[in-house]
Amino acid sequence: MLTVENIDVHRGKTHVLHQIDLHVGHGEIIALIGANGAGKTTTLKTISGLLRPTKGKILYTPEAGKAPIDISTMAPEQIVGAGISQCPEGRGVFAQLSVKENLLVGAYLRSDKEIEKDIQSVYEMFPILGERSTQAAGKLSGGQQMMLALGRSLMSQPKLLILDEPSLGLAPLIIETIFAMLQKINSQGVTILIVEQNAVMALDLSHRAYVLETGRVALSGLSSDLASNPQIQKSYLGVE
Amino acid sequence: MDSGYIAQQLVNGLILGSMYALVAIGFSMIYGIVRLINFAHGDIVMIGAFATLAFIETVGLPFPLVALCVFLTCCGVGIVIERVSFRPMRGAPQVTGFIASLGISIMLQNIGILTLSAQPRNFSFPGYMQTILHLGSVSFRIIDLVIFLTAIVLMVTLVLLVKKTKLGIAMRATAENIDVARLMGININHTIMATFAIGSGLAGIAGLMWGGKFGQIDPLMGYVPGLKSFVAAVIGGVGSIPGAILGGFILGLAEVLFVGLLPPIYSSYRDAFVFGTLIVILIILPNGLLGKDLEDRA
Repeated sequence: MLTVENIDVHRGKTHVLHQIDLHVGHGEIIALIGANGAGKTTTLKTISGLLRPTKGKILYTPEAGKAPIDISTMAPEQIVGAGISQCPEGRGVFAQLSVKENLLVGAYLRSDKEIEKDIQSVYEMFPILGERSTQAAGKLSGGQQMMLALGRSLMSQPKLLILDEPSLGLAPLIIETIFAMLQKINSQGVTILIVEQNAVMALDLSHRAYVLETGRVALSGLSSDLASNPQIQKSYLGVE
Repeated sequence: MDSGYIAQQLVNGLILGSMYALVAIGFSMIYGIVRLINFAHGDIVMIGAFATLAFIETVGLPFPLVALCVFLTCCGVGIVIERVSFRPMRGAPQVTGFIASLGISIMLQNIGILTLSAQPRNFSFPGYMQTILHLGSVSFRIIDLVIFLTAIVLMVTLVLLVKKTKLGIAMRATAENIDVARLMGININHTIMATFAIGSGLAGIAGLMWGGKFGQIDPLMGYVPGLKSFVAAVIGGVGSIPGAILGGFILGLAEVLFVGLLPPIYSSYRDAFVFGTLIVILIILPNGLLGKDLEDRA
């Protein structure tokens, strides 16, 4: 579905990503783990078009069997239109917009009649959002903001959902709710690419994972294999 | 000093305030979306005034069409200014845009002087516009009434547009977080362009009003309304449209009442008073009357 081929990314003069290769298959959940500054967020921003690679290609195949398109030169709004939606780091809800307006912004590129119905299904998924639909999003708690951010990303009807650290700053119980929801979204046919510092949860949720270290892919493989890899256990899972 | 006199001053203040408010809205919208203090905004008022003159005298259009053409002309000017000067420096430090806007302001004024001469020109609205109406002890010209009502209609339309329409929601989302707005599929170039267009169009209409109210226009006329509207926007809370409207009316009323109610020897301190008010309000409410504290995020 998504093949990141050998990309290099610079931020200003800093060379952040070195020859990153990633592959995301249709229907998979892929985790990207690594320490702070490893280049996880930069990778996601590059896929979404907020940053441009200086080298390499990002090939995207919306449906299996179709010809891939190179999205590395496309504008972010075109990439969203092609079916890739990103739930940004720190949730990024529009604090001064109401809950419902946030969801409408998520559906910005759509003009079909189903928008209202999809808003209702987000409310079914997270009833608290329905109860607070007219309130400013900034008044929600951190966990509710995460639910809103996730619901908002789904409003564009993505084929590939990208999440940047959804567990950041949330209580364990909320994290479980969110991760259970991600599992459910995936079972409905949405491919997921998730960046997480919480490697235990990420490896548990995902089918395959990539480990980034200082802007390079250090390791990759099945999540279950990585979870039992002694090196990973020591560095990321806190097992001595 | 009887109540009729005070009522008359209040009416004058509302008329002046509605013009400040129209210019202040654009100031505030543009600041809100790109964090740019656009000092060229006042000069759009001047362009609007000269465009009015051109459409009335050379083209000879009827009044409502003139207003529409002035609005569209200034929308275009706003779009061009954004496209050629502010867009290329997007992402640069705030001060860069600030300096650029001062440069554009000086450029527009000097282009005006070169092509239109610095001589003030008389502004001739059709005769019926000058008819004086009486309402109790208050009197005003038809043009004053038109100014006030047009301003109110435009403000209500704008508030509804920003509150209810897809473009309005996109504008508010972009103002709050430009990168996340892009991740939601919003084409921020279009949104920012629309903001400049609408803000500049309103300033152009204010130029039409300014000419109609004071009867004379010149290429440097944008300086005072530009600066005062900036003050109005700051009083109301920069970035807030209702704030800009409120700030415009407060400033207009305060200015007129200051001149009208105090002994005449103080009237030349009018501008000192305007800026004094600004300083006092900012000491008490650093974010203005309706401004939101941008740091206050959950």
